Amino acid sequence: MRQLLIAIVAFAALQAHAALNVVACEPEWGSLAKEIGGDKVNVYTAITALQDPHRVEARPSLIARARNADLMVCTGAQLEIGWAPLLQTQSGNSKIQTGQPGYFEAASVVSLIEKPTSIDRSMGDVHPAGNPHLHLDPRNIAAVAPALAERLASLDAPQAAYYKGRAQDFLARWKDATARWEKQAAPLKAMPVVVYHKDLSYLLNWLGMREAGALEPKPGIPPSTAHLSELLDQLKKAPAKAVVRSAYNDPRPADWLAGNAKIASVLVPYTVGGTDRAKDLFGLFDDTIDRLLMVAK
Amino acid sequence: MQCRWLCAVALATVTSAATAQQDPQSELEQLKRRVEQLEKQQAPARTTGANAGTNAFNPDVSVILQGTAARSSQNPDDHQITGFAPTGGDVSPPRRGFSLGESELVIASNIDPYFRGQLVAALTPDDTVEVEEAFFQTLALGKGFTLKGGRFLSSIGYQNGIHQHAWDFQDAPLPYKAFLGGRLDDDAVQLKWVAPTDLLVELGAEAGRGRAFPATDPSRNGAGLWTLYGHVGGDIGESTAWRAGLSYLHASPTERPMDVGATFTGTSSLWIADFIAKWAPNGNASVTNLKVQGEYFRRNENGDLTFAGTPGGYDSRQSGWYAQTVYQFMPRWRVGYRYDRLSHGTLSSSLSAAQLPLLLTDYNPSRNTLMVDWTLSEFSRFRLQVAADKSRAGITDNQVLLQYVLSLGAHGAHTF
Repeated sequence: MRQLLIAIVAFAALQAHAALNVVACEPEWGSLAKEIGGDKVNVYTAITALQDPHRVEARPSLIARARNADLMVCTGAQLEIGWAPLLQTQSGNSKIQTGQPGYFEAASVVSLIEKPTSIDRSMGDVHPAGNPHLHLDPRNIAAVAPALAERLASLDAPQAAYYKGRAQDFLARWKDATARWEKQAAPLKAMPVVVYHKDLSYLLNWLGMREAGALEPKPGIPPSTAHLSELLDQLKKAPAKAVVRSAYNDPRPADWLAGNAKIASVLVPYTVGGTDRAKDLFGLFDDTIDRLLMVAK
Repeated sequence: MQCRWLCAVALATVTSAATAQQDPQSELEQLKRRVEQLEKQQAPARTTGANAGTNAFNPDVSVILQGTAARSSQNPDDHQITGFAPTGGDVSPPRRGFSLGESELVIASNIDPYFRGQLVAALTPDDTVEVEEAFFQTLALGKGFTLKGGRFLSSIGYQNGIHQHAWDFQDAPLPYKAFLGGRLDDDAVQLKWVAPTDLLVELGAEAGRGRAFPATDPSRNGAGLWTLYGHVGGDIGESTAWRAGLSYLHASPTERPMDVGATFTGTSSLWIADFIAKWAPNGNASVTNLKVQGEYFRRNENGDLTFAGTPGGYDSRQSGWYAQTVYQFMPRWRVGYRYDRLSHGTLSSSLSAAQLPLLLTDYNPSRNTLMVDWTLSEFSRFRLQVAADKSRAGITDNQVLLQYVLSLGAHGAHTF
């Protein structure tokens, strides 16, 4: 018992002087927090690229991590509506409550697309504020990075210059990379693809690609046989180049449709960690574009 | 919008002065860029502005609709668990035929930066309204502390804190029925602390009125029931998450009805050990996942038992447990099996078996339950459940039921 107490006290003392504890709701924000925070932050990422960000549960380990967080970085726009609010209320951590500096939503500094004009659950699990999968447009990452640096600086004032410096460095590299990707991706322009969920809309929008359909009949509703056959008929009339799915999607419906429509089935990492090459945000876009280019020819 | 134009004009003036030497084409380009920049800077204001309509301050509202169609070989109206004191709660098997379940109205919201509030009103099929939960909880205490007050589902055990519509079976496990009258839902205060460790360690204490079983609404100053609980939990790799807990409940019932004409006055203490683990490949539950859960209950009651005006001693040590597993074998479809069992234990009383036929037996009730459910979307679920219920001595009650659980409105929480 005594040892446990000593351990707890020592731990608490360490916490007081150590780096900022950042809990990132999704891997993309974990990666960005590392880019900007460097060795001044401890980043814990709540989910992996193989997990659907909509369907996460507020499991015990997440509550424990949220308890010690100085900053929680989420997408917002109701993407984490099923679990992030539970982490806030269950963790007993006043810092990460909505409205506090310790809670940051990427969607607060980005203009969302596909904002529905009317809302009804018959449309599936739609998000009233717009499509929340905003990180797949690198220009949005560029908008979030300075805001996140600003937030880190306000939480950890002595290191403000460090965060801002790293953000500037990141943004310079990011700008170059974005220009390179746009050039590489020129052959993808107007290429029609079938997606799984509306989680690639920002990518398609950025590269000028065309969405020829979605495997989910409505957002959040799993693909059904009836809907897949409909899609197949539709593809016979207006062919698409590929069926594109994210790393966390069930491969079977995508492969079935691609096989029957005799088009390619492409896996994209969706976020950091989705494929071996997508080790960080740069790798994410390098790999995504290369994988799409393979079928563009 | 106004600022956009004003700023653009102002900028135009400034930049045109500054770039008087440049050719008009590049000047125009520059202006375009500046306007774009300004638009970008304004973008966040536009997005957040879009969400701040007059509705934005309304709390999250949702409604749960439930209903069953049931068949059972025994009459649910005279259901009684042999060997266990009647609890008075909602513990009977579902009614025969078509029956509306509880319709729940859930309203929840942050109150201010310091508190969050939630109301759950259950509209029962008998046209009454029950306040199931109405509580506030603190947001700003920090250091892992949360204080909760009002009426709420107690955090003891695992299933107690979960609303009925989120259960994996239509009804409560037998030990919940026998020892808590279905669930503990008291008018109370709760203080909870989460330790600053990577492994979840959560400790809590509750003091309540004791408005229902196992207490008897004492109408006195102070607490009529109190609890202590602790939970630990974490991950095993990326695929498995688990939580285990130990809880204690203490109540001092006065003249609690026990069996035909008998009443109990004394102390009642209950221990619960609970365990839950969830597995999904790579932690991705959308295609397949598995859930295993179990709880063990042990109760000790001693005091006075009064029958027909004659007081007598009473000492009972009874226990019960259940274990259940639910497997999602493909998207939308889950199957589940539950086994529950109560152990009559030792019961000593100065009264005779003839005076207390229900309590003084050697019978150990048990039940087998199977279910399959179909979840069309996150908001609708249909379930078929069959059970062989041996909670009455010498009788097997075969039950079949169909159930629907639908939710309207605000997106529900994904509680572990």
